[in-house]
Amino acid sequence: MQTMNRGRRQTLQSGGAFAIIAAAVSAGILPASAFADWNKAAFDAKTVNDVVKALGGSGIEKSADITITAPDIAENGAVVPVAVASKIAGTQSIAIVVEKNPYALAAQFDIPAGTEANIGTRVKMGQSSNVHAVVKAGGKYFVATKEVKVTLGGCGG
Amino acid sequence: MADPMRIRAQLKDGGVTEVRVLMAHVMETGQRKDGAGNTVPAHHIQGITATWNGKPVLAAQFGPSVSQNPVLNFSFKGGAKGEKVIITWTDNKGDKRTDEATIS
Amino acid sequence: MKKCRVAAIAVIAAAVWLPAGPSLAQDTTKEIERYRQMLADGNPAELLEMRGEGLWKEKRGPKNVSLEACDLGLGAGKVQGVNAVLPRYFADVNRVMDLESRLVHCQVTLQGLNRADLVKRPYSLAAGERQTDHEALVAYLVGQSRGAKVNVPQAHPLEQAAFKRGEQMFHFRGGPYDFSCATCHGEEGQRIRLQDLPNFGTPADAQRAFTTWPAYRVSQGAMRTMQWRIFDCFRQQRMPELIFLSQASIDLITYMGVKAKDGTMDVPAIKR
Repeated sequence: MQTMNRGRRQTLQSGGAFAIIAAAVSAGILPASAFADWNKAAFDAKTVNDVVKALGGSGIEKSADITITAPDIAENGAVVPVAVASKIAGTQSIAIVVEKNPYALAAQFDIPAGTEANIGTRVKMGQSSNVHAVVKAGGKYFVATKEVKVTLGGCGG
Repeated sequence: MADPMRIRAQLKDGGVTEVRVLMAHVMETGQRKDGAGNTVPAHHIQGITATWNGKPVLAAQFGPSVSQNPVLNFSFKGGAKGEKVIITWTDNKGDKRTDEATIS
Repeated sequence: MKKCRVAAIAVIAAAVWLPAGPSLAQDTTKEIERYRQMLADGNPAELLEMRGEGLWKEKRGPKNVSLEACDLGLGAGKVQGVNAVLPRYFADVNRVMDLESRLVHCQVTLQGLNRADLVKRPYSLAAGERQTDHEALVAYLVGQSRGAKVNVPQAHPLEQAAFKRGEQMFHFRGGPYDFSCATCHGEEGQRIRLQDLPNFGTPADAQRAFTTWPAYRVSQGAMRTMQWRIFDCFRQQRMPELIFLSQASIDLITYMGVKAKDGTMDVPAIKR
């Protein structure tokens, strides 16, 4: 799934960061195995669109059924609590993407049937940024976004 | 050797088991320089799996921008007091750690 | 560690976050408070407590014994609540000791470990460095005092003397900035960036400060002990380096502990 279709890449780039792109049913399917290999391409991606592509999607759609719980202001960017809950039926996976981080994708979770589409972790943020929650459901990708401001850290003591 | 995880697994109303995990890991980004100006190589957890009664209840992939000493919270339907939840992580240097918790 | 210009940074924080008057300032304070509450739910110091418990119970040192017979002030082997009643006078050494001094004392007397080795590098100061055994043991011990009421004794003359010296030191001005502890911690409404600084003249503030150290510092990814906290205050004041387990450190902790009477221990805490 790391091999990328040239044509599709072009389409995505012209689509813009948050435009709704005709959501073709994704060709790349997340590994079914729970012990999947680390998806280097996804973790190297610089934008939310590239993350979605590397995860095997071909477009993203905004959704009001995804809730991001994170502070409006984080005192320290080293530790920013982020929880994502999806009410989209058949949610298969959740990814947390920090737009302005050098590596945008922070974490990706496969949600098997029976597990609630509601996960929480903590991420580093180099600066104030949009945080995106990317949800895969029924082979389609959906996104919700929340801005988190980070006060300057780095002043030890 | 990696330090143990702290795992809490609690049965909540509605037959949902809530799992809260703390992992001891440096989660080095690979972007930081040490005192001598040398880049500290990336060292971070990559994969996490959680099972209950041998059944996968979560699989996660982490990149270097998950915070040091990562936190992971999730819940699944089912679970009974006394049953085990087992968590395993592996990192990019091949280190690995497995711990379990009893649902309470 | 990076330099931290106290006054300048307070101004920067104000300029960045509080530009639109009191209502926004209040919102900011509320949001930061919310952030702190979110952090409290899952404190990585718990990992260190687990490691410390293992070290406490493990047979170690030349004498190959555990620390479980250590008398931290409430009797041999008693760990519950000890941090809330330390520093205190110990008759066996005829002096006042804080938790960390007593811990090192037990490692020397019970386990036969070398004091010089134990005090050489008690803190894990480099970024990403594994926390020291000392920090792990302290994490475990203070965790056993969660919920205990602070009651640092003042019955013995040496305990009273420690408090008096601590009080004097707290107000002693010196160093290139002509700072004392009281410069930042003896007035209402002082802050560094977004941190409201506790005023030790007010019981509620003194309690808040004393009952939340040691703490896991998210900016450092490490739990820091009370001895470290005082050491770092001295560094920020540009005072001479405070020596680990020195009488001065014990006196200051005694002063703060007495001022925090009846506070409820909530350690290890978690902070920015």
